[in-house]
Amino acid sequence: MDKLLEFLSFQDPNVRTVTFGTIFLGMSASTVGTFAFLRKRSLVGDAVAHSILPGIAIAFMLFHTKNPFVLMGGALLSGWLAMLLIEHLSKATKLKPDTAIGLVLSVFFGIGILLLTSIQHSGAGNQAGLDQFLFGKAASMTRNDLIAYGIVALILLITVILFFKEFKLLSFNPDFAEASGLPVKRLQFILSTITVLAIAIGIQSVGVVLMAALLITPAATARPWTERLVVMMVLAGIAGGLSGLVGSYISFAAPNMPTGPWIVMCLSFLALFSLFLAPRRGVLARIRQQRQNRRKILSENLLKSFYHLREHNPETLAFSRGEILEKRAFSEVEYKTALRHLRRHFYLIPEGSNWRLSEKGYEEAKRVVRLHRLWEMYLTERMRLKADHIHPNAETMEHIITPEIEEQLLRELGYPETDPHQSPIPYPKH
Amino acid sequence: MEINTPALEVHNLTASYNRKPVLWDIDFQLPQGQLIGIVGPNGSGKTTLLKNIMGLMEPDSGYVNMFGQKLDDVRERVSYVPQRESVDWDFPASVLEVVQMGRYRKNNLFKRLTARDHEIATQSLEKVNMLEYARRQISQLSGGQQQRVFIARSLAQQADLYLMDEPFVGVDAATEESILKLLTEMRQEGKTVIIVHHDLQTAYEYFDWIVLLNTRLVAAGPKDDVFTSNLLQEAYGGRLTVLSRIGDLIAKKDFPLRESDFKEKEGQGDG
Repeated sequence: MDKLLEFLSFQDPNVRTVTFGTIFLGMSASTVGTFAFLRKRSLVGDAVAHSILPGIAIAFMLFHTKNPFVLMGGALLSGWLAMLLIEHLSKATKLKPDTAIGLVLSVFFGIGILLLTSIQHSGAGNQAGLDQFLFGKAASMTRNDLIAYGIVALILLITVILFFKEFKLLSFNPDFAEASGLPVKRLQFILSTITVLAIAIGIQSVGVVLMAALLITPAATARPWTERLVVMMVLAGIAGGLSGLVGSYISFAAPNMPTGPWIVMCLSFLALFSLFLAPRRGVLARIRQQRQNRRKILSENLLKSFYHLREHNPETLAFSRGEILEKRAFSEVEYKTALRHLRRHFYLIPEGSNWRLSEKGYEEAKRVVRLHRLWEMYLTERMRLKADHIHPNAETMEHIITPEIEEQLLRELGYPETDPHQSPIPYPKH
Repeated sequence: MEINTPALEVHNLTASYNRKPVLWDIDFQLPQGQLIGIVGPNGSGKTTLLKNIMGLMEPDSGYVNMFGQKLDDVRERVSYVPQRESVDWDFPASVLEVVQMGRYRKNNLFKRLTARDHEIATQSLEKVNMLEYARRQISQLSGGQQQRVFIARSLAQQADLYLMDEPFVGVDAATEESILKLLTEMRQEGKTVIIVHHDLQTAYEYFDWIVLLNTRLVAAGPKDDVFTSNLLQEAYGGRLTVLSRIGDLIAKKDFPLRESDFKEKEGQGDG
């Protein structure tokens, strides 16, 4: 706890630099990465991140400095070259895009490692720390780095805001953008450039190997929570920034812990959380929906059994469990679950040890039977299915047909009196 | 047939897809103010033709003029409706947002849309009866609704010439009827609408002019001149065997479709 307070007070200028740095980098990478995600260019992002390594090594070899702007220049050039090469390879040769991506990634990364190794063995004075570009080392970020990355992050953000609507169209429908006369080639160039830039600065905190996670995961995390691009970007930015904060705290609290991998761990945790808990798209929401469907089917089937029994014994109203189970083979659990549900909604009312349909339950049962028989009519009349083939289909569809579809069915079929098996179609009481 | 200032002139256009020639020396002119169908069997090069017309693909030879000018000079008068399946509809945007994209132009790069732009977008949405869906997410639309959104986006461009790629595919009967009604209204306002269409049954009923295509131009003209059993048989009776074989060979050998000095020029005859 003391550690956390000490961390959050940002007394230590070093901690301040590192923390703000990682937050900045996380936010800018995830904002720009949202477009890469939506354009389905995630893998290209990964390849570009790896391809940045030789650029950094060459820049260092040429200028013998670790000045962030010099290294960034090298990174930008080789990242750009890789991106162009991927595009050109998949266009001009018979290689498929995934092959081109894999090829460029491994060749560039291989060269990068080679150069890095040779720099390390050359014994150049200030070579130390260059290998940190592999896995990142936010802890070594200096004030000068922070200023440099801050400026770049700001440029990225301004570019995104300026070209927001064009980038949106470019991501959704590039053909239409081009047909509308927008300078698509130039816009693509700008978007690619800021992506390479975001990667080039992002590797400072997580390294080239893990960079794709910082670029893509925040967007994937944000996507299921919103249907608005602006909101998605802000959420992605928050996820990226938050992960930066958590990552630097962990490496502060446990000094031997690396920052980059912890940032990625935190991102992955957020992504998993989102995958499970997101409304509608999340795994949990889907499980809940499926359970609801099952319960609806079950209780409507029980309701229907009561209706059928009553149809065949017009003078009886209440029926026993035995009579119901004879009508339709519910399992013990199914019967109990459905009964509980129907009782709770007063569709069924107890009468001694028997159960009978309430007025409300009777209308609801009529609705299900009506949908079943209407659908059977539709299948025979419109889809020309034989009368002995339609029952299983209608058995499911009766549970999903909405009032609007029912309305349309009634209109199209002309309010029929009976179904194809000559059973009457029950209409609601007026 | 010579037409005074044709809405569209395709001149000797040869184009390939994945290096395989799919359009051979296509040459026709289309008049203004008509509903025109580009009709042909599957794989006859209809979409490729449209993409070449819109400058989305580079032809191997030939050129395209609209209203007697190059596309770049008349961009604002031309609007394109891509195939509905060509985009991922699971994109975070609302119906209105997509229609507003029709107002994105070169001259409002990094500017916000004006009140007038918003007005036009809303009116376009109304024309396709989708106003009540304005705030709906595009991922929740049915096929027919998606198609109407695309048409509304195109209407928002307020063009004189519209090129639509298969707008009747995968839409329900009601949508088909409302699109058709809209097209008729557009013709009455003097607009030219060119539609890529694969269904021969409805083509005669929908269009005034028809371009019959099957990797080569079979016929182009008023529908009664084109809809003859001979021409239809020619377009739908399979591809020309020799042409297909040459095409395969060109793709395999990576052979150029034109010698470099014949790219845009008229053929001068032999010798």
